[in-house]
Order: sequence, then C-alpha cells, then structure tokens
Amino acid sequence: MTVKSTARARKKAAPAVPDNLPAGSGAQPELIQLLTPEGERVEHPDYPLTTTPEELRDLYRDLVLVRRFDAEATSLQRQGELGLWASLLGQEAAQVGSGRAMRTGDYAFPTYREHGVAWCRDVDPLNLLGMFRGVNHGGWDPNEKNFHLYTIVIGAQALHATGYAMGITKDGTDDAVIAYFGDGASSQGDVSEAFTFASVYNAPVVFFCQNNQWAISEPTTNQTKIPLYRRASGFGFPGVRVDGNDVLACLAVTRWALDHARSGNGPVLVEAFTYRMGAHTTSDDPTRYRLAEETEAWRAKDPISRLKAHLDREGLADEAFFASVEAKSEELGLRVREGVRSMPDPDPTLIFDHVYAEPHTLVDEERAEYVAYAASFEGGENL
Amino acid sequence: MTTEVRSLREFRMPDVGEGLTEAEILTWYVKPGDPVTDGQIVCEVETAKAAVELPIPFTGTVEQLFFPAGATVDVGTAIITVAVAGGAPAPAAAAPAPAVQGEPAEAPEPERREVLVGYGPRTGGAQRRARKTTVAVSNGTASHGTAAPAAPAVVVAPVAPAPVAPAPVAPAPVAPAPAAPVALPEQAAGDRPLAKPPVRKLAKDLGVDLRTVVPTGPDGVITREDVHAALAPAPVVAPAPQAPAAAPVVEAVQDDRAATVTGGDVRIPVKGVRKATAQAMVASAFTAPHVTEFVQVDVTRTMKFVRRLKETGELGRDVRVSPLLLVAKALLTAIKRHPEINAQWDEAAQEIVIKGQVNLGIAAATPRGLIVPNIKDAGARTLSGLATALGELVDTARQGRTSPADMQGGTVTITNVGVFGVDTGTPILNPGEAAILAFGAVRDMPWVHKGKVVPRQVTTLALSFDHRLVDGELGSKVLADVAALLERPKRLITWG
Repeated sequence: MTVKSTARARKKAAPAVPDNLPAGSGAQPELIQLLTPEGERVEHPDYPLTTTPEELRDLYRDLVLVRRFDAEATSLQRQGELGLWASLLGQEAAQVGSGRAMRTGDYAFPTYREHGVAWCRDVDPLNLLGMFRGVNHGGWDPNEKNFHLYTIVIGAQALHATGYAMGITKDGTDDAVIAYFGDGASSQGDVSEAFTFASVYNAPVVFFCQNNQWAISEPTTNQTKIPLYRRASGFGFPGVRVDGNDVLACLAVTRWALDHARSGNGPVLVEAFTYRMGAHTTSDDPTRYRLAEETEAWRAKDPISRLKAHLDREGLADEAFFASVEAKSEELGLRVREGVRSMPDPDPTLIFDHVYAEPHTLVDEERAEYVAYAASFEGGENL
Repeated sequence: MTTEVRSLREFRMPDVGEGLTEAEILTWYVKPGDPVTDGQIVCEVETAKAAVELPIPFTGTVEQLFFPAGATVDVGTAIITVAVAGGAPAPAAAAPAPAVQGEPAEAPEPERREVLVGYGPRTGGAQRRARKTTVAVSNGTASHGTAAPAAPAVVVAPVAPAPVAPAPVAPAPVAPAPAAPVALPEQAAGDRPLAKPPVRKLAKDLGVDLRTVVPTGPDGVITREDVHAALAPAPVVAPAPQAPAAAPVVEAVQDDRAATVTGGDVRIPVKGVRKATAQAMVASAFTAPHVTEFVQVDVTRTMKFVRRLKETGELGRDVRVSPLLLVAKALLTAIKRHPEINAQWDEAAQEIVIKGQVNLGIAAATPRGLIVPNIKDAGARTLSGLATALGELVDTARQGRTSPADMQGGTVTITNVGVFGVDTGTPILNPGEAAILAFGAVRDMPWVHKGKVVPRQVTTLALSFDHRLVDGELGSKVLADVAALLERPKRLITWG
C-alpha cells in the first residue's frame, strides 16, 4: 500500500478507510497510533489530541488500577472464591481509552470482559465480582451508570446497542452509544444485523471491536480474510483501526467516532488492535494453542509501560506520583479481596422478587411453595 | 497479656475450571514453616483443562501440606493449612492483625461454612440432604437437634482426609489414599450405605454389615464383589480406605506419583504422560505395519566435524553442537531428496498426504515421561537455526514446560537411544508419522578403512517406517542417504 493513496482515502468523508489493500495480502494496514511502544508521542493529522499532564496521570492511574483489579479477580478465582473470571490483561488501554472518551450521557453495551470500561463508568468492581461469584446477576443499575449489564451471549449486545441508539434518535438528544465486542463476535449474525440496522437508520452507535487476536482458541485468521475494520465499508459506514495498546489513540479515535455518531453521521466501526495476554477465561489454557513467542512480542507493546515511559521521558510525573498509584493499587487489592470473601450469599427467594416489577399471584404462590420446600430440610432452610 | 493467638486455616482444592472434580498437584512451592502472604502462589496444579498456579488466601505460616506432589486431589479437599495470627477463641483476641490480613474476624467455628462458590466442589458426593420428615424412619435417630444434625455432617465429610491423611511426622513424600477418597464420606456419615436390593439381600444372607463394607462401585455404591471381599479375611489388593496404615510404606517410591506397595510389588497408577504414551504406542503399533532397517556407519568424520564446530563456535557462541544435530541435518537432507518419506496415511480420506514441511520430532526423556516435541518447518532452517531450535526444545522439555502445541503436527521423528549406551532398537512410529530414525551409541570399533583394519568411530542407525505408504525401496534409500551423509558430512553441502 502506498502512503499517498491512503492519505487520499482518508480525506474523503471519514478518516482512514483505505480500500486499496488487496484482500488477504497479509499486509498490515495503517494503525492509528499517538504513543509508540517506546513511549514516544507522535501526531496524527486526523486525530489531534491535546492532553494536560494531569489527564495523562489520570489515565495512567486508571490503567494500573484496572489491571490490579483484574489480577486480584484472577487470583480470587484460583482460590475458589469466583466461579469464573475473564481477564482483560493486555486490553486495558483499549478499554480505558474508549471508556474515558464517553460523555456522561453516552451509553455502553459491554461483553463480559469490559472491566476497564465498567471502571470508567464508576461501576463498583465488587458488583462485577458478585456476578462472577454467583451471588448477583450484575448488581448495578444500568441506567444509573449508563453501562448495560454484562452480556454473555456473543455479539447480542450489538443489537441492543443499535436499538438503544435508534431510540436516542427518536428522543432527539445528542447522546451516543458504544457497543463492545471482540474479533470472534465479528463472525456472529447479530453483529452483521446490527451493522445493517445502524447504517440504514443512521443510528448514533460506535461499534468498538477489541481485536485481541484470539476467540478462545481460534485465531483471527479464522474470522476474516480482510482487516476487520474494513467490514464497515461494505455496510456503508467508516471503519478505522487503532492501536489498541495505545490509550491516547484509543481515546482520540473513540472521541472522534462518538462525535461523528452523535452529530447525525451514523455509525463507526473502531477496531482496536490489541492482544489478550491471559487466558480466555480461567477455564482456558492458552499454552495449548498459541506460542509463547507471540505473547512475548505483544508484551513489548504493553499499554501501561509505554505510558509510564512517556511520563518519565517528559518528566510529567515524579516518584511520589508513582508511589501514590502503587499505594492506591494495594488499597484496591485489599478492598477487592476482603469484599469478595465476605460477600453474603443471597436469600434464595430473591430470585422471585425480580421476575415482575409488580406483585404477581403465580410468582407469590411459587415463592411460598419454595419456602415450604426449603424448610422441610434439616439444618435450616438455607439451600 | 496472653501468648500470641494463632489459628489454623485450611485451603481447599478449588474448582479452577468450570465443573472440574479433581486436580493433580504438580509442584509445591512452599513447605511447612514457610511464611506466606495473601495471594502468594503456593503450588501448581493440573486439571483436565489446564495447569494453573494457586494463590493462598491467608497470611501466616505454612503448618502442613496434606498431599505430596503427584497426588490427585478431589475438589473441596483441604490441601494445606496455614497458621494465621488472630481469629482464635482466645481472650482479648482484639489484635489489629485480622483486619490487616483481609480475613473478616470470624467466630472460631471448627468448620467454617464452605467458602468455595460458583461451580465449586461437590461437597458430599451425590448424597442428599436429610428431609425432616424422613429422619425418624431412615436412621432411627430420634434426635436431630440443631447442634449436630445429619446435614452438617454431610457438608463436613470431604474434609475428612485432613485429619486422617498423612501423619504430620513425615511431611515429604506421603501418599494419600489413592483409590477411594469417595469411601470416606459414607463411613463418616453413618448414613444408610448405598447398595442395590439384590446386594443388600446378599449381605444379609452372608451376615455382612453393609456399613463395614468398602464400596468400589460408581458414586460409592457397594457391589456384589465388595460384599464378598468384606467377608474374605485379608484383601490382597486395595489398601484403599486404610490410608493411614498404608501411608508409611508408600514413601519408598521415589517417583512423585502416588504409588502403592503391596507385598513387594509396586503399583503405579497409569495416568498423564504415561497414559498418553501407552495409548499412542498401542495405536501406532497396531495400525501401522512397521518395518525396521539397520545400517552401521563410520561416523568418524562427522564426529570430527562436530568437534570443530564446537571449537570454532561458528554456529554462534551459545549454540550447543552435538552429534544429534548432524543426524538431524542428515535426515532433513535425505528427506529433501525423498520427500515421500515425510508423509502421513490418512485413513479416513484414503489418501497419502505428502507433508509440505518437515516438523522434526525429537523424542525426549523428561521428568514427566517420554514426550516428542517437534521443530516446526525444520527443513527450512539453517544449521545454526536448527542447532538453536534443538537446544531450546531440549531445555523446554527438561523443564517440563513443553506445550501441547510443541508436540502436535510432527511429521518425522528421531530417537536418540545412543545416549543410554545402546546400539540400536526398533522404534515405534509416533502416530501419524511415516518414519522414525533411531540413533545409537557411537563406539570405537575395528573397521576396514582404506583397505586396512583401523579403529574408527562407528554407530548404528535404525529406520522404522509405515509399510502402508513407504516401500522397502524408499525406506532403504532414505536410511542409506542418512548413513552416507554421516559418513561424509561434506555431502550435506553437495546434496543439500
């Protein structure tokens, strides 16, 4: 591919939709990057970003705390305190960058791995863990946080997000929606349907695909023959690939995409090119299907170390700052561990309370039956 | 001022996957007396799904390890105890410690409520909780006071191995009861034993109390044989439920797998790599008709070449050079000349697949047993690249870190039996491959060289091949090529 033709393509309508890549050529298309793996700040003509030192430090703190929370959760699963955990290790920048790009009124539809986005939406980490412990069904109010419940069904949330975005158009507000999904979900029919509806109805939704290279054990080469972001052009909206390990690029590109959507220009597909450093979930063993060299190559592109390198290089943070982040991280670790271990089991009858918003005779009857049944056992009714 | 308040906390084998029932302890990273902190990795376990490291949830001192490395432990069974400060039923235990270590100060109940959640352990096998209405009928126990009713007993049951199992005196290689941890709950619970009606009748007829019978059937059901066994005086096999008694004898076995000794015979459970090896070998030996050919060859020049490569270090400073490297290179060169040997019999498709690249397997004896990792696309590597790959492969295998991906997709294999001092063997094909080369010991032998009998360095090569797709002619040509290349390593250049 030539730089010239890419630039031309970019100038048209939306940025960076190079159609000149031969399908399956294996050539990597341009990756929007504002911070190199070495921590060097670079400019991109289409995605200018100005940041104050404080904003950079905030982003760094977010990244570190999100990673810490994730590591604690993995550890708690290994101690039998959680049934399962899907680690976001390696994807912190994609999630924090896009999460911090949202405005208060914007709404996120996550998969089950968006712990970093949840963090940015102020969802209490313990609420997420309660779900993976099996004591709640996602105990936050989605409409309070503008962060929908975790969706386990692969790709289904793309449709929910599109529907919500179509509703925003009818409301006439300038909010936007962001739908998270992965490279594996890009093969789901739901995602294609969502693309179609969003495009045709000009819905203000950003499809944010974290391409972490692996759908459990299936490599991206099993999902697509072209770079994923180019799928968008077939549906008639712009697509862009961003360095998913670069928190600044993710912030700038997502901010642009949300503004594009909220201004009535319709959807955008953002492909955050990143890597799942850990296992798919705690039930998975990635050493069975991928090579250590690949993981090591991505480790060199770590999102946190590049921002730290940048802060160091530019003298934007001192030792005291890093020490304070470390202390906060320890504090969070302790809070998470203690919080999870002391989570009470829910009242078994709670499940009946959430069937209908209003009282319901049949459900009342079933609740009573269940209580009687549970009470028929020795040792209490707590089943 | 009271003495330091300590209490013992046990960490039970968690379900680290979804719905797993057991895990094998691979390595302990701590021993009794070691200090540990919350979140510290204490051991590595392997389940049906993955090998993972377990972090301990307490801060304190390791008191006891209940199982040695190699033991397979049911999910929910205590594997380690840690003495932690505070939390015990002592006066004025209001030390600041509990808050710090993340354990909510808790009542010193002897049995803390099950902490494992989610898809966690099955606590009592398939046992049902007693219904209030049925108590009087089934047990005849009139009392079902709130203090210790049947139900809690069931919950507690799987913990039983803790006090029962290895005496704290011998912390190291004590084996747990290998076969029948299931048996314990039944005995402990004093519940009605599980048996089918005809077996109950048999027991009644023979005057056997079912509560004294060790069940071996699925889910702890007593079989007809169990009843007979209970009647016979001394069972020959099965030290099963008498774990404590059997334990001291067991430590004789140095292999870290749980093994049992009965009357001088050592019984080692077949599992893991051994099981995989056995299955692969049986499958290979009885599907592929093997032919093995042999050739003796003068490798003096090759050995000289190896020495020179070592001395000059021209393949790279840290690269290990061994005769095996040259054998590998010779085989790869022979394959280049006869690519049909690098092939696979596809039974399902009724096709012979000539492989596009050579993934060269090297049989390696490792702590975990025999494994055959392979070097991907070995044919495309330079001599130095091959040497590096070989070195890495061996190191990885020795550390027991070979991944399944490293072992998949092999197309041809070398087994270096010479390192054990033997001349040759008739190797069995790695399943799915068409040929395997055995490289024997290199010995000084009287040899006719340039018309005279002189001492030369001689080795024996053996090539086994799958006669379904490799004829004698092809197999012979390949073996002869390897021999010729090793006899005059310069041919690696002219033929390569």
